Amino acid sequence: MEQATVEMRNITKRFPGVLANERVNFKVNAGEVHALLGENGAGKTTLMSILCGLYRADEGEIFIKGKKVSFSSPRDAINMGIGMVHQHFRLVRPFTVAENILLGSNDAGFILDMDRVEKNIKNFSKKYGLKVDTKAKVWQLSIGEQQRVEIIKILYQGADILILDEPTAVLTPQEAEELFKVLQQIAQDGKAVILITHKLNEVMSVADRITVLRNGKSVATVEKEKTDIHELTKLMVGREMPEVKKTEDFSPGGVVLELKNVNALNDKGYPALRNFSLSVHEGEIVGIAGVAGNGQRELTEVINGLRLTESGEIFILGKNMTNRPAQEIIDAGVAFIPEDRLGMGLVPNLNILDNIILKSYRKGPFLKGSFLDWLSIRKRAESLIEEFEIKISDLYCPVKTMSGGHLQRLLLSREVHSSPKLIVAVYPTRGLDVSAVEFIHHVLLAQRAKGAAILMISEDLDEIFKLADRIAVIYEGRIMGIIPAKDADLRKIGLLMAGVDRGGEIAC
Amino acid sequence: MLSVFEKKNGILRFEKKLSISPLSYLIVLIISIILALAVGAIFIRINSFDPLEVYQFMFESSFGSAYGISETIVKSIPLMLSGLGVALAFRMLLWNIGAEGQIYMGACAATAIALYFPRLPSGIMIPAMLLAGFVGGAIWSLIPGIMRARAGVNEIITTLMLNYIAILWVNYLVFGPWSDPASFNQPITPKFPVSAMLPTLPGSRIHMGIFLGLVFAIVLYLVLTRTRWGYEIRVTGESESAAKYAGINIVRNIMLVMLVSGGLAGLAGMAEVAGVLGRLQQSISPGYGYTAILVAILGKLNPLAVVIVSFLFSSLLVGGYAAQTIGVPAAIVSMLQGAILFFVLAGEFIARFRLRYERRGN
Repeated sequence: MEQATVEMRNITKRFPGVLANERVNFKVNAGEVHALLGENGAGKTTLMSILCGLYRADEGEIFIKGKKVSFSSPRDAINMGIGMVHQHFRLVRPFTVAENILLGSNDAGFILDMDRVEKNIKNFSKKYGLKVDTKAKVWQLSIGEQQRVEIIKILYQGADILILDEPTAVLTPQEAEELFKVLQQIAQDGKAVILITHKLNEVMSVADRITVLRNGKSVATVEKEKTDIHELTKLMVGREMPEVKKTEDFSPGGVVLELKNVNALNDKGYPALRNFSLSVHEGEIVGIAGVAGNGQRELTEVINGLRLTESGEIFILGKNMTNRPAQEIIDAGVAFIPEDRLGMGLVPNLNILDNIILKSYRKGPFLKGSFLDWLSIRKRAESLIEEFEIKISDLYCPVKTMSGGHLQRLLLSREVHSSPKLIVAVYPTRGLDVSAVEFIHHVLLAQRAKGAAILMISEDLDEIFKLADRIAVIYEGRIMGIIPAKDADLRKIGLLMAGVDRGGEIAC
Repeated sequence: MLSVFEKKNGILRFEKKLSISPLSYLIVLIISIILALAVGAIFIRINSFDPLEVYQFMFESSFGSAYGISETIVKSIPLMLSGLGVALAFRMLLWNIGAEGQIYMGACAATAIALYFPRLPSGIMIPAMLLAGFVGGAIWSLIPGIMRARAGVNEIITTLMLNYIAILWVNYLVFGPWSDPASFNQPITPKFPVSAMLPTLPGSRIHMGIFLGLVFAIVLYLVLTRTRWGYEIRVTGESESAAKYAGINIVRNIMLVMLVSGGLAGLAGMAEVAGVLGRLQQSISPGYGYTAILVAILGKLNPLAVVIVSFLFSSLLVGGYAAQTIGVPAAIVSMLQGAILFFVLAGEFIARFRLRYERRGN
């Protein structure tokens, strides 16, 4: 039998209160793209962090090319030819591409011969079809280009085992396709490529073999040719998934949210929204598609009174709410499910009761004079916990001890309880397991049926296609196009996301 | 995670917990005090004293007699009031380390009332001085508060710098304009009229300030746990972005919290001049405002715990003064304070780990 390039045997890793990996077995051969598939929290990243020397396993053994190894630092792993592209890039932004690639490689003497290094890098990038400008500074590059730099950096260090952690999360569909071609080429060159992902279609399009992790355990390794999406879902989730179906009769009512030519700056003072106009109607879900960082954050912040506009107007239920304080917008019936759930939407160190009243402590049933009525708050919390099936150990535990899915249920339960007119939901299901995703989709659709206007920002196009009535594509802070969901296709949306408008021109 | 002992059927492991219970914190505090005393013993020994004798003497001085206990209570009043102020500000992550200066300004404002309106009856004089003390301290903390809220100026630096201005300002007053003509150029003001003195418990030096401290501790506790405003403070202190998200007016709350924080320290200054000294003078505070920071932190920013810790620290102060009389260096007190803080911080960290036995094979 062929010797595996990487073999991990019975790997167990514990964190406080969590068993992240339990007797995981994982085998990768040279020349293959091997997907490590699993829901968030299944232990994929932990397992790969062990392989690249960031963590040490509590139990288990690792063999590289048949040799038993024990890593005490990432340096040991790099020396064994293992390199990882993390979700957050580790590049020095003011440095050039060549300087970044040189960093951590052994190709540098005391005096740097940059010409020679650049030539070497160019040979490399030609070989695998990784196009980069070696003289450009990293901060000038797009996210996709930065990712290419990371990959070259690892190859340049001599890696023949490449690990990529959710590499497509920040890419447009076209960029992702390009990346997959590169990965396949690298594999053909006899290297092993490990792709951490939870996206099934990605797995089906690029992987040769797939190992599925569930709840920290390795449940199966299958060949792509002999499996399908249906079987993989079952392996990943552990049961059959019913489809959440949108009620097709879409009958939007009056305008709830209207943005007219809104301009806003980002934290650095650069334009983030440019002449942004959009309206959302009663009983309608508008999905905003776009690569992260194209103004989505700023868009939700201006709507919710957390960021000032430079110009333009925002109407909520016909009332001009431009640059009004957050409190007034809350009072106007706007619910907001922010990207940063734990930290913005919920206060990590406070308990469920404290968090339940975050939006409503000012008035209503929870206030007697200036004093908070903890008894009725407790009652509300208990009823929400029951209705939304929120799992907690104790009402008085800090919410940071809860799992991601239940945190989002808690946040959602609080936000929809007041029957909001408008719901702004940012990445509502990011990082959640499939059953939580299903639940949250169900809640959003129920709110739509009740007549709420919903503005949903998501990086998951499948989610947008599934829920949205209309899809608006955002690119560099402007609307590239608004397409009814029934007329939209992945290619069209993908091109718009990349800034290519219908005429084939790049917008700038 | 460390496995400490591997045995036949299982493994003993250290496991990290997210937080520690109030009871384990109390145990940490007690152990820390014992360890701090042990460290202090080494230095007392080096100074050729018998540590046990010194500690016994210190203990007797602060708790062993009615006089000792009353002194301990008297010294706890400024610690308690300014400690409560510091704890309130720290709750909102406002690092007000200017309690010392706020004490001086509170004392100064209260003194102005006593000196310029000496004929006021005590029923008006005392409330007016309390108000002046609060306002004096509050203005001194509101300046950095406004700068922080409106322009994001770091309050650690501004509150600290204002301490020196306040102390020098009081020096200027007691050496110059307010100096007592009868004092032969000593840096003191004239003695306050009797109507300007806080009532004391008969037969002791314990003055009304202690009730102020206890009442404010309870009020502050209720405000923080039961009221709307206290809720806003807790949310803002835990996460500013959540506070913005909830529509909380952070700018206003920063200024309000700083104002109350300095006001409480100002009351401490008023209580010192009107309850203990009977006049304004140079160095009215031996660093109460700085010790208050330790008190607030060791009290875990809980107003009720601040009361207890301020008694503890004032007994150390009283014991330390007594120890000086037999020749032990005064620095022993600061050293013990520092050592307690050090051991508590380390102890809190260690207390987060617990030993767990895990069976093999499941």
